[in-house]
Amino acid sequence: MSVTPLLQVDGLRTEFSTDQGPVTSVDGVSFSLAPGETLCLVGESGSGKSVSALSIMGLLARNGRITAGSVLFEGQDLVGLPDRELRRVRGHAIAMIFQEPMTSLNPVLTIGDQLAETMILHLGLTKAQARQRAIELLEKVGIPRAKDVVDDHPHRLSGGMRQRVMIAMALSCEPKLIIADEPTTALDVTIQAQILRLMRELSAETGTAMIFITHDLGVVAEMADRVAVMYAGQVVEETDVYTLFDDPKHPYTSALLRSIPHITTPAGDRLNPISGSVPNLLHMPTGCRFHDRCLQAMDRCATEPPELLPVASQHSVRCWLYDETEVPA
Amino acid sequence: MTDPLLQVRNLKRYYPIRKGVIARTVGHVRAVDDVSFDVYPGETLGIVGESGCGKSTTGRAVVRLEAPTAGSVVYDGTDIAGLSTAKMRRLRTELQMVFQDPYSSLNPQIRIGELLAEPLIAHKRLDRTAAHAKAAEMLETVGLPKLYLNRYPHELSGGQRQRVGIARALMLEPKLIVCDEPVSALDVSIQAQVLNLLKDLQGEFGLTYVFISHGLGAIKYISDRIVVMYLGKVMETATTAEIFAQPKHPYTEILLDAYPEPDPRLRDRQRIIVEGDVPSPANPPKGCVFHTRCPYTKDICRTESPPLADGVACHFPLEAAGR
Amino acid sequence: MIAYLIRRLLIGIPVLLGVTVINFFIINLAPGSPADLFLSPTATPEDVARTEAELGLNKPIFVQYVNWLTQLLHGNLGVSFQNREPVTQLIGDRIGPTLLLMGTSLVVAYLVAIPIGIIAARRRNTVVDYGVVGASFLGISVPHFFLGLAMIYVFALTLGWFPTGGMLTLGRGGGFADRLSHLVLPVVVLATAIAANMVRYVRSSMIDAFGQDYIRTAKAKGLGTSVITNKHALRNALIPVVTVIGVDLSALIGGAIVTEQIFQWPGIGLLTIQSIGARDYAVLMGINLIAAVAVFAANLLTDIAYAVVDPRVAYA
Repeated sequence: MSVTPLLQVDGLRTEFSTDQGPVTSVDGVSFSLAPGETLCLVGESGSGKSVSALSIMGLLARNGRITAGSVLFEGQDLVGLPDRELRRVRGHAIAMIFQEPMTSLNPVLTIGDQLAETMILHLGLTKAQARQRAIELLEKVGIPRAKDVVDDHPHRLSGGMRQRVMIAMALSCEPKLIIADEPTTALDVTIQAQILRLMRELSAETGTAMIFITHDLGVVAEMADRVAVMYAGQVVEETDVYTLFDDPKHPYTSALLRSIPHITTPAGDRLNPISGSVPNLLHMPTGCRFHDRCLQAMDRCATEPPELLPVASQHSVRCWLYDETEVPA
Repeated sequence: MTDPLLQVRNLKRYYPIRKGVIARTVGHVRAVDDVSFDVYPGETLGIVGESGCGKSTTGRAVVRLEAPTAGSVVYDGTDIAGLSTAKMRRLRTELQMVFQDPYSSLNPQIRIGELLAEPLIAHKRLDRTAAHAKAAEMLETVGLPKLYLNRYPHELSGGQRQRVGIARALMLEPKLIVCDEPVSALDVSIQAQVLNLLKDLQGEFGLTYVFISHGLGAIKYISDRIVVMYLGKVMETATTAEIFAQPKHPYTEILLDAYPEPDPRLRDRQRIIVEGDVPSPANPPKGCVFHTRCPYTKDICRTESPPLADGVACHFPLEAAGR
Repeated sequence: MIAYLIRRLLIGIPVLLGVTVINFFIINLAPGSPADLFLSPTATPEDVARTEAELGLNKPIFVQYVNWLTQLLHGNLGVSFQNREPVTQLIGDRIGPTLLLMGTSLVVAYLVAIPIGIIAARRRNTVVDYGVVGASFLGISVPHFFLGLAMIYVFALTLGWFPTGGMLTLGRGGGFADRLSHLVLPVVVLATAIAANMVRYVRSSMIDAFGQDYIRTAKAKGLGTSVITNKHALRNALIPVVTVIGVDLSALIGGAIVTEQIFQWPGIGLLTIQSIGARDYAVLMGINLIAAVAVFAANLLTDIAYAVVDPRVAYA
């Protein structure tokens, strides 16, 4: 490793207790993130990408808990840190942006109030200073009439504008890491383009690292430096964004890439869907979790779970196809 | 050229805004404002646009789930816009709809078999046994095992439910199906399954589709021709190949530019990203409705609404060299 | 907003008229005549007829109602059959104590219920929560008269801490402390039911608020539990709670009638019971009208309060 990672997640395992028994949503997730880098976590529903993010932040629902693994942020393990100390990290060194701009802001408090309270808490600003800086931040994220908007309630703003407010809020304490959980999924495509561009510009300008969670490979292509592809609670492939699109190793990754339509290339005859459906967390397949949908599945895939192992420098895959300890017969 | 199966002419759907002591109407939300297009037998017409552009309302008006405020919807020679309920009931078998949300559009209390057989019993007066046999057959057609007849919707995954939704639409052997965002709620890996299924069924049954979506990828994959809508109006209409190779309306160009193409090498391509939000359909801009966000706006755009001519509603359509 | 209020007020007029019509006819359906009660058992039918004529009771009900309504438009609620005092005067004398009792009860109920509801929500599914839910269930189930009599027995008769009834001790001038000690037991009785109901509303509405996305945002900002509870969750949780206040007020009016009777509190409630006993139609109609106006006003106030606490509500 050339640089010390900003964040190193190792063997993270998160469990939820449900009426039907315990469910492991995140099972042995590992990845690391260098300062200033953007890592995309990409996966479908139930892949564990959002739960991974909430685990890092210590924001799991009451019935969820981390049962194994570590989350080293600047060398400090956030897992098991008392809530009191975790609160000093949240919103300050690590900020988060959520999917639903319509419901993620408090409807009864003004935009200014919601922006200011973080800065008053973490930076020790006075009310007047915080308000002034809130206006500057709103201008920075491209909100027109920032001086008026600061006193508005969230319902006066459109979805795109609210997501800009969320971004302003995340930036307010100059965090080292921003975790964005599907920040543009609820937005229209022209607004999504605005927000993605804004986030890229801001992260380049401020040098903030980003974990960007999405299900959309198009968004990955726009945003990522590195990508971790998740499936059924595990990372199945991790590499840089160009390698991922040019030379995907995991059958799930390549199948996913073949199943999505492109608009700049001439129309192909047919999409190649992945058969079957995303596995239910309560009935996880044995062996490799993708084996029953995989076109290249071998006998051992149904019984032995593969490990996430490097296949090249900075490129890891969780698949028996790349197992060199055993030569296929 | 064959005659169109569906002709929509000057369709309008306004919702009144009421205010004041006696709740009098002070204005209208112009959800659909003067929309015209044709759909030919056996083709797929894609309607694309962002939220609030009126694409869903248009789709609902086509199957008369929504009564138009003005204009005509001529299906197979009959204007269904002003048709009586009884007459519409007969046509209902030919016009079906597939909805976006496979979770809420299926009644959770009713088994799949019952759900599929119900319209057959009601409309075609089939007996239960025959209707259930047809339901079983239809399940296999959409790629689900027969034993799902006895399942409840909540026992199925999202993709499977959407297959049931499609099967239900097919039960009455319709000619035209309006698909309103049929894959938007599904996982990425499942979307392609459903899109392929729709294509296969079209070939098998000679169906005509009106396919409504905000997803350009799906629209491009499935449509023969495309209508681009913005704030209740048609901006552009052309064949799929033309729209994607040579957009004529600035809005179409911007929509294509905004689409996140799954290719990291394209992230720094030359493109236009418009600022600002979509205006409210309750208070649309004067002149061309797109002029507030258009990068090429000139004076005339602010005052005069351009008519749809040669498939584009713009005073200054983009030239071939413009792109 | 103004237009909305005017519309609501205009709609209120036919509603109130309807209420008076229904009340008028129901009261007149009751068996017996007020005249029976005025006159000695030996009165002749002629005496009864004369008295009824004096009171206007010999006319058709419809005419009686129109007469009553005409008087009402002149600001006159008629004269009590019992003691020939103007109804407005009677009600005016009694309304103060009732407002004191109801107002104090409402304030006490909310002061108790809101913090308890919050605590239960924060500790949901713990012993504390189960205790609160159980107690509130008990509080809702126990009837006013039973609780009232039990309180009198324990705290007034057995322990002697508080007086058994009335509003002040005769001969002691009725100072503040004296009035307060008379107020305690009826307020407890009246507040119990309101508070018990309110606790459940606050609890469920806080639990709902805690589950919202904006609370997750607040946590992600590193805010402490008390700020999240009192600033982010409570302000939102109070929005549905406000709507209950209107309903509570109607319940309070019913509860006050029983409670005033038990504690001989000289308010409208006691007057109501007395007037029912005396078939004093004029007074009853007056009280009914006041109650209907109060409930109507309470609901209107609720709507206004709704717009005040929730910035998203704009009446058009």
